[in-house]
Amino acid sequence: MSASSETSGPASTVSPAATLAEAVLRGDSRSLARAMTWVENGDAGAEGILEALYGKRPAAPRVGFTGPPGAGKSTLVAEYTRLLRAEGIQVGIIAVDPTSPFTGGAILGDRVRMNEHATDAKVFIRSMATRGSLGGLAARTSELCELLDAWGSQTTLVETVGVGQSELDVAEAADTTVVVLTPESGDAIQALKAGLMEIAEVIVLNKSDHPGADAMEAALRASLAFRPEAHRPPIVRTVATARTGFEELHQALREHRDYTSRPDVAASRRREKVRARIRHAVREGLLDAWLRRQGLEELLDGAAEDVVAGRTSPYRAARDLIERMTHHGERSNANAS
Amino acid sequence: MARKIRVLVGKAGLDGHDRGAKVVASAMRDAGFEVIYTGLHQTPEMIVQAALQEDVDVVALSILSGAHMTLFPRVWQLMRDRGLNDVLLTGGGIISKEDMEALRKLGVGDLFGPGTPTGAIIDYVRGWVAANRAGKVGSASGTGRRA
Amino acid sequence: MANGRTQTPPETPASTGAAPAGAAARSGAPAEPRFETMSGIPLKAVYTEADRRADLQERLGEPGAFPYTRALFPEGYRTRLWTMRQFAGFGSADDTNQRFHYLLGQGVTGLSTAFDMPTLMGYDADHPMSLGEVGREGVAISTLEDMETLFRGIPLDKVTTSMTINAPAIVLLAMYVAVGEKQGLKPSQLGGTIQADMLKEFIAQKEWICPPRPHVKICVDMIEWCAANMPKWNSISISGYHIREAGATAAQELAFTLADGIGYVEECVKRGMDVDDFAPRLSFFWDVHNDFFEEIAKFRAARRIWATTMRDRFGAKNPRSWMLRTHAQTAGVSLTAQQPLNNVARVAIQALAAVLGGTQSLHTNSMDETLALPTEEAVTVALRTQQILAYETGVANVVDPFGGSYFMEALTDTMEAEALATIKRIDEMGGIIAAVERGYPQKEIADSAYRFQQQVERGERVIVGVNKFASDADELSIPVLKIDPDIERRQSERVKSVKATRDAARHAAAMKALRDACMSDKNLVPFVLDAVRAHATLGEISDLFREAYGVYREPAVF
Repeated sequence: MSASSETSGPASTVSPAATLAEAVLRGDSRSLARAMTWVENGDAGAEGILEALYGKRPAAPRVGFTGPPGAGKSTLVAEYTRLLRAEGIQVGIIAVDPTSPFTGGAILGDRVRMNEHATDAKVFIRSMATRGSLGGLAARTSELCELLDAWGSQTTLVETVGVGQSELDVAEAADTTVVVLTPESGDAIQALKAGLMEIAEVIVLNKSDHPGADAMEAALRASLAFRPEAHRPPIVRTVATARTGFEELHQALREHRDYTSRPDVAASRRREKVRARIRHAVREGLLDAWLRRQGLEELLDGAAEDVVAGRTSPYRAARDLIERMTHHGERSNANAS
Repeated sequence: MARKIRVLVGKAGLDGHDRGAKVVASAMRDAGFEVIYTGLHQTPEMIVQAALQEDVDVVALSILSGAHMTLFPRVWQLMRDRGLNDVLLTGGGIISKEDMEALRKLGVGDLFGPGTPTGAIIDYVRGWVAANRAGKVGSASGTGRRA
Repeated sequence: MANGRTQTPPETPASTGAAPAGAAARSGAPAEPRFETMSGIPLKAVYTEADRRADLQERLGEPGAFPYTRALFPEGYRTRLWTMRQFAGFGSADDTNQRFHYLLGQGVTGLSTAFDMPTLMGYDADHPMSLGEVGREGVAISTLEDMETLFRGIPLDKVTTSMTINAPAIVLLAMYVAVGEKQGLKPSQLGGTIQADMLKEFIAQKEWICPPRPHVKICVDMIEWCAANMPKWNSISISGYHIREAGATAAQELAFTLADGIGYVEECVKRGMDVDDFAPRLSFFWDVHNDFFEEIAKFRAARRIWATTMRDRFGAKNPRSWMLRTHAQTAGVSLTAQQPLNNVARVAIQALAAVLGGTQSLHTNSMDETLALPTEEAVTVALRTQQILAYETGVANVVDPFGGSYFMEALTDTMEAEALATIKRIDEMGGIIAAVERGYPQKEIADSAYRFQQQVERGERVIVGVNKFASDADELSIPVLKIDPDIERRQSERVKSVKATRDAARHAAAMKALRDACMSDKNLVPFVLDAVRAHATLGEISDLFREAYGVYREPAVF
């Protein structure tokens, strides 16, 4: 194992986890990478190393970036990293991408946009697949952040695409959650509104040089108007490709950090995050239970048969099912009342 | 949590023909691998830094520009310098049999020419990882921490 | 044709044992043979009068008349045979100059220059990114001196030259004009083509310096400048070749390439140019693959769509603006490393399709190109293939011999309809530049490439000598061209010596003027020309573009 090649101590008396932990604290990137693999795989040594490292270094601020596909998250993270590096800040980046539910494999392509930091020893980029674990992702993300703290990260950025589950996990692991939108993401937020807007603590309107940016900003402000002032996320306009808006983003993140470090706020924030998590779990659970009651699985068999036989398309079949199930649901509700 | 085979797939050098790299990346994903795709125009330094941070089992490079006799040895050397001694370096491109042989002597793994079925590459990677990496992650005797 | 037949997979061949399980499960194995083109267009066993459209005559037009479905000229190749243009370039400018002289001696009628990777990406030979790549895939050109060497002994008013260069195309165009000046020639006397098609770079070939918008702006600068100064020069070659080689189907190649063409015309018109001032100098470049009839239909559909689009969408009045003139190259991606002599047959059939499709110019690939740069012998066989077509087979005697064929007209109609549907989708995304920025064509092409690979691995698509009729004794025995590794060092030294001996003050002034021009809306061609005259190198000018416009990172789409 190469971890042992990092140190030449008497291996018989020191556990591999302790050896690796020591190397991570020295800032050794190879050991950090290996420790992350242990944590990701849930290997036996993982617990030991996390324990050994816990509290050894100050926790770096953790900023989560999420948003619909194509919002420019990777470029935004890369450009924000440039700003942090110019201030001499050591940066850790975790880029989360979904695991294919069909094959268990994943293509993790976020490094493509972060090439300019590819050889900077003070930037550590790690790609992580969701691996389809319900709930486990938030814990794993937090643990990777802890490892980055031990290595010497002074700001940790976590990026994930916001299309379902993973952004909630990332939000839970992050101190500040940035939701990245573009003038084109109007439809996307309609669909994702519940999950995505709820977790936004800073909103970035990227590609704000595109047509429709003003309208999008106005729509966002309107949708946030019902929230109490203190909970209304600031909206920052950026053009990541032209490197504009990053000072403003930096400032917004600093202000959010100052605000959240107030003890009363910190406690209520923790409650809020847990609340969001429970709400999501409840909604998913209720939906599942309801769908089961409607006999979705059996209906799917018939519909799939029809599609395979060429009698209908998957989309039409889905529409028909929704139609049937909602009518059925309304009828049964009516009967119940 | 099941152990996943992690592979870096990238284009070394300047040529932009990424059809092969993308097809191989997709096939590896469908074989259940985690593919770290670094994209085009990668220098040896960028490749090795990414391989190190991502703790991959395998580095798979596509080179179609004829620069393989410069780029593979350089990536190989940097991998040694950075302690990536248990990582397979493999790849593909328009590479003559004698060049493949010369690179193999250096320590580079099998290289694949045009027309290779992706299944053959996947089998090779699986076999290599089983022989050289399996059980080496974490504590070999360990039981999973989480179910 | 074997390729058109989608077959029941043979019983679990060893090579496909590990075929992606998920994908196979999703698409399922076909129960019986299906017949379709390589693009997936379903085919009937026979086409009859019932397949003929009532308005066929109108949609065909006479050869040489709108909408040019049949041919650009009334008498086709009787008026003028296609240009046999063989792509060449390797090693130093001196090496390639010798190959040019050899080709001219063999009856080639147009030169075509392949550049090495550093040149294509805008790096001088002494740049760290150029390591190991100098002179490998083409000729290394860093300085005006290199360009002079490349064309030494070749009067530029007597040949036409095609230059396959895109990202730094403006620099090579300027160098060519400057070499012409040294031969005492005006730009208006120079004939040829520069590829300079950046959209297909972002879609397929992936060689760039800056993000899409500034690159397209520079392309438009060249179109504008050439329209005013180089009446015999094709200022762009809108290329489907690379799109196809990256994995697109013929139908996608047709659609994305024409969408690129529309994109350039739109940008030129936005700048206030009259469409008839530049459109006659736009040229195209198609790939020709194995599916014989589909390829011919592609050429015919392309001419009809372009003529209609130029006349009806852009209001072009000059018939020359309606005419889609094209170069074609046989499909490099269809060549196999296994049993390489088979490639001679593939190339011959593809070349025949290009001729029957009515191409204006043709490059035939050499059988060994999938192994390395072609040897002189292989290049000669490829050229002889064209000469056999032109002088022995009689195929050039009659215009559009498939015109009116039930099948060919139906296939042409289908290709046209599919391309128009894709173009409409791209228009709805806000045009091709916006579509490229969001990775739409890139994703479509990558999907097609993966689908094709899966079909090959499941044995549904036959490649002779690879997944069927493979032989054990397929060790190649054809000699392979070697590049002297010392070229890199010598080329680097030449660059350094040019930088050391040039007039530094003149160079600095020209570069400053160019930098200022980059920050304005001005046409950059005159400024680049001045910089080249002052011996600015290709890498220096490209660096200036990187500084002014930024560096591009593509979206990773799968």
